[in-house]
Amino acid sequence: MIGISPKALALGAIVSLTASAAMAHGYRSGALSIQHPWSRETAVGQAVGGGFLTITNSGDREDRLISGTTPVAAEVQLHTMTMDGGVMRMRQVTGGIVVPTKGSVELKPGGYHIMFMGLRRQLRQGERFPVTLRFQRARSVTVQFAVQPVTSTGPMESSHAGH
Amino acid sequence: MPDTEQNAPRSGLARLRTALWLVLAVATLVGIAVVYDRGHPVGDPSSGYASAFGGPFNLTAPDGSTVTEKVLAGKPYAIFFGFTRCPDVCPTSLARMARLRKQLGPDGMKFAIVFVSVDPGHDKPADLGNYVALFGTPIIGLTGTDAQLEQIKKGYGVYSAKVTQPGGDYTIDHTAAIYLMTANGEFSGTIDHQESDATALEKLKRLIA
Repeated sequence: MIGISPKALALGAIVSLTASAAMAHGYRSGALSIQHPWSRETAVGQAVGGGFLTITNSGDREDRLISGTTPVAAEVQLHTMTMDGGVMRMRQVTGGIVVPTKGSVELKPGGYHIMFMGLRRQLRQGERFPVTLRFQRARSVTVQFAVQPVTSTGPMESSHAGH
Repeated sequence: MPDTEQNAPRSGLARLRTALWLVLAVATLVGIAVVYDRGHPVGDPSSGYASAFGGPFNLTAPDGSTVTEKVLAGKPYAIFFGFTRCPDVCPTSLARMARLRKQLGPDGMKFAIVFVSVDPGHDKPADLGNYVALFGTPIIGLTGTDAQLEQIKKGYGVYSAKVTQPGGDYTIDHTAAIYLMTANGEFSGTIDHQESDATALEKLKRLIA
C-alpha cells in the first residue's frame, strides 16, 4: 500500500469497474455471442425505438435471430433499411436475420435493426432495459440494451475498438 | 385609281412576304425555346428555374403556430423530410446537422434546421416538438395535413409513401436528402447522407456566407 495515493486507488477502481461493465455487456447462448446491445433515447410520447447489436456465431451451423420480447414495448420487430436512389426504405424482416457459420451479423444504423413497437415508456439516456432474443437454434437469451443519446451512431462501449 | 389596281398584286405579294417572315420568326423562337428547355429541364434546381423550387408551403409548428416560406424567409435553412419512427436516416441526419452547426461555432446559428414529418398519422405537432428537442440545438419541427404535405413535397421534389407492414402498421419510404435554401427561399444545394462531414460543412459555409 505504500506510495499508492487514494486518488490512484480510486482511479484503479473506476478503471476496473468500467472494464467489468464493458465485459458484462456481452452475452452468450450456445455458439452465439451478443455484443453491445444499444438503443437511442426517445422523446416523451414517442411510440417506437430502434435497437442495435452484433451477434457472432462460433459454431458450424447457421442460426437465425427470429424475434424478441421486452417489457418496455408491446412488440419487438426485426427490420432492414435500404437506400434506393436517395429514398430510404424500411421493411420488416420475415424469416429472421441469419447469423452465418463462423461469422457475425451486425445490426446497426443503415441496415438491419430491431424496432421496439408500442413503447410503454420513454427510453432515457444512460439506462438499460432487458430484451429477450429468440433464435432458431440457440436458446433464448436476455440481454440489456444500453440507452444512448439520440445522436449516437454506434455503441459507445466499443469506441475504443475504433468503430 | 389605276395605281391601286397596279398596286393590288404587289401588296398581295408584300403581305405574303410579311407572313412568311412571321412564320420564320415564330419557328426560330420555338426552336430556341425547345433547345433552351432541353438544356434546362424544368425542375432541375440548378437551372434558371431555381425560384420554382421549394415554393410556398403552409405547415404547423409544435406550438400550433403556422409556418410558411415567408416565416422562414430572411435566414438560410436546411430542410429535411422524415418521421419520428424512422430509426436510422432521420436521427442520423438531424444529429449530423446539429454536429455541423456546432462545428461552425457562432456562425452555426446563421441557418435554421427544419424537420418536416411526412407522417401526420403518427406525428402530431407537439410530438414533433419533443422529438426535435432531443438533439440539443434549435430545430424547427413541422408537419401538416396530407394536402399541406403534398404541396411542400411537390415543391421540393420529395418522394414519400406509406408502406403497410405485415403486422398491419405502416412505415414510410421517403427521400433522405437535406435541401439547403437561401434566405430568399432559393435552392442552394443538397447534402446527401453519404457525403463526408467536410463536404457538408463547405456547403453550409457557402450557404451562410
